[in-house]
Amino acid sequence: MDWFVFTVAAVATLAGALGVVLSANPVHAALMLVMTLFAVAVLFVAQAAHFLAAVQVIVYAGAIVVLFLFVIMLLGIDKSENLRIDPLKGQRPFGVLAGLLVLGGVLLLARTTWVSGAMSVAGPISGEGSNVEKLARSLFTRYILAFEATSVLLVIAVVGAVALARRSSETPAP
Amino acid sequence: MKVPGAWYLALAAMLFTIGAVGLLVRRNVLVMFMCIELMLNAVNLTFVTYARLLDDIGGQSIVFFVLVVAAAEVVVGLGIIVSIFRRRTDATADDVSLLKG
Repeated sequence: MDWFVFTVAAVATLAGALGVVLSANPVHAALMLVMTLFAVAVLFVAQAAHFLAAVQVIVYAGAIVVLFLFVIMLLGIDKSENLRIDPLKGQRPFGVLAGLLVLGGVLLLARTTWVSGAMSVAGPISGEGSNVEKLARSLFTRYILAFEATSVLLVIAVVGAVALARRSSETPAP
Repeated sequence: MKVPGAWYLALAAMLFTIGAVGLLVRRNVLVMFMCIELMLNAVNLTFVTYARLLDDIGGQSIVFFVLVVAAAEVVVGLGIIVSIFRRRTDATADDVSLLKG
């Protein structure tokens, strides 16, 4: 059963990722992105990260992809582009080559040992209690400073987005 | 029986590679942005897998922070894209060439 879930989710993940890269229409790419994000959420559940799977579906598939579609429609670029023409000669072969080098390097580095290091440094996952409880305890005790910093980051992001997207109504003085 | 963590890590490496290749190959800025999200998801999958293998909640905590930073990044990035491409008909990265000599 574990292998079945992993196989289906892995195929959906890779198919969605390839769909994002290969689809000519940005709207189709966004919908393929939803498929990948959902499959990754399934893989999170398969590894007992239940809270992160819920956040993945709500924040990524719910909010971020809707934001993408919103911008696509706002800019009016929801039409297919011709993928046959390659504006920069040799960009695609070199891009694929660079990607294969990255993949080969990662797999080569991981050939001997995949996992090394100390167990349960920040606290165990297994044992009594739910996943949400353990994650919350970790976030609000050990990582409380980083948690507060993310709130500052979000405020800065909101202010920055408003400042960027606003039409400059007051024209500069001549 | 449990799927070994190495399979998850190999899948995350492939997902990261597809995202990186898409970022290098595509010209549409929005699709390039989606490829960045693919790469972030590959890293998140790696963190969750290591959290399971090492029985460490820290791996899941950092995925939470990556999600928050990704959301902030998308908001600011899409704001920049909207402000640049507001008066254009297409959104290819080749159009942003004001600094070209």
